Amino acid sequence: MNKLTVSTSPHIQTKVTTSRIMADVIIALSLPAIASVVLYGLPALLIIVTCVGSAIISELLFNLATKRQQTVGDLSAAVTGLILALSLPADVKVWQCVVGSAFAIVVVKCLFGGLGHNFANPAATGRIFLFLAFAEAGGGVSTRFMNEAELVTSATPLELLKTSTFEGLPSLLDMFLGNRAGAIGEGCILAILIGFVWLVARRVIKWETPVIYVGTVFLLSLIVKGDLEFAIYQVMAGGLVYAAVFMATDYVTTPINRAGRAVFALGCGVITVLIRLFGSYPGGVSFAILIMNILSPYIERLCRRRPLGGVKNDKK
Amino acid sequence: MKNSKLMILLRGIIMENPVLILVLGTCPTLAVTTSLKSAFYMGIAATAVLVCSNAVISALRNIIPDTVRIPCYIVIIASFVTVVQMLLEAHLPEAYEMLGVYLALIVVNCIILGRAEMYARKNNVINSILDGIGMGLGFLLALMLMALIREVLGAGSFWGYSIPFLENYKISVLAQAPGGFLVFGILIAVMNKLTEKRGGVKRKSFSCDGCPSAHLCNKTSCNELTELAANDGEGEVKADD
Repeated sequence: MNKLTVSTSPHIQTKVTTSRIMADVIIALSLPAIASVVLYGLPALLIIVTCVGSAIISELLFNLATKRQQTVGDLSAAVTGLILALSLPADVKVWQCVVGSAFAIVVVKCLFGGLGHNFANPAATGRIFLFLAFAEAGGGVSTRFMNEAELVTSATPLELLKTSTFEGLPSLLDMFLGNRAGAIGEGCILAILIGFVWLVARRVIKWETPVIYVGTVFLLSLIVKGDLEFAIYQVMAGGLVYAAVFMATDYVTTPINRAGRAVFALGCGVITVLIRLFGSYPGGVSFAILIMNILSPYIERLCRRRPLGGVKNDKK
Repeated sequence: MKNSKLMILLRGIIMENPVLILVLGTCPTLAVTTSLKSAFYMGIAATAVLVCSNAVISALRNIIPDTVRIPCYIVIIASFVTVVQMLLEAHLPEAYEMLGVYLALIVVNCIILGRAEMYARKNNVINSILDGIGMGLGFLLALMLMALIREVLGAGSFWGYSIPFLENYKISVLAQAPGGFLVFGILIAVMNKLTEKRGGVKRKSFSCDGCPSAHLCNKTSCNELTELAANDGEGEVKADD
């Protein structure tokens, strides 16, 4: 009779840990990563290794320098490095990768208090930083299967769409498999979709954000131009699908409940289309995500569920 | 006086640095720190105006009617800015061209008006001049530090001369506007960290305890502000130009 133990709640604990979630994301990212090495060869591998390595090392060094608990083990730095690496074009230089990863980890994440306290997605912000800082990080490079196996800087499908002549656009199948100029990891839609299915099946991410995001871009492009083919190209071009799956689903920087996530994804879609069709930059995916990251706390406040019969205006 | 003369002079440099602690004069700080040269000229010009205007405002502090003091300060400051502007145009045309509109904008520089309101109108001429020199030096040093980071890393040069190795590895975003905000934010964070240990106070909450100018201002008005801020639901007061 004396075998009853008294303990405080919580009594039921889940086995889901940060490192398990991050490991799932890495598994989901491995297919686009393999695709990028197939499409671009060794330069892609070099970018991936550099970004992941420097992201982990910068987190390690920052935690040592500030005497914080070591958090490299939760794999989040590796994920940030990998997401950043895959969103860069193949001609970005190694030292630029190091600067970008270090910026993403130290300035965007660690200075704000580490994982869970950052207000913006480290990978998306790191990409914007590189994009603004270096001309190389903004352009696109042709794959090994184009231009006689030479990796040369060439116009991305988005830049071609911008000219509105549509000449030189890759076929839809090439777009789907990633045989087009652009960043190394965002080309192969097939690999990204498999990663998306894996993440949803493992319940790491919810399906709403990517689907609403991509759907908004598709519908708005269709309405603005009235051309179905144009809208399909808009969805497949640039980093849209990639960012919708891997950047817009970050737990820390997006709203937590379903309605909030829907508003977030909708906002991302609208801003992306506005930048793509009316802005001076060819692509606006990372900017859209960054802007909506900043708005996330306000979306959260608007979409907070109130208890039944609760006071509507929760001002003090 | 509680504070020795030396303290008045030195306070502006670290513990009450106008840019990094009081967060005043943000506009010129962000605009002219793309190169060391323009930051240096800006710092010197603003210091000259600050010292002169502090001296005159302090000397006239019993004559200027309280109700119209701000317009009076502006007139005094604007006269000195015009003098500095003309001197620069005559003797240092390079600096005059480099600073452009920001030279005239010294008139609305928060540091100068802030020190007039916070210090010069309550203290004697000698102390006000010392305060002006200290604050001016603090402004100059903060600008130079920011410009050093932005020019060396962003443009790969030092005082206009390119650095052999770094030139190939420049991070041009630091020389642009977003980089200005980035460097500014990081410097403020570092400064807060450094002054926290040396008897500084945490500036997380808005109160007299956290205010670097608390020893100069009369507490009642600050408490009124605190109540106002609490009623608005705002935790912090933001300084702007």
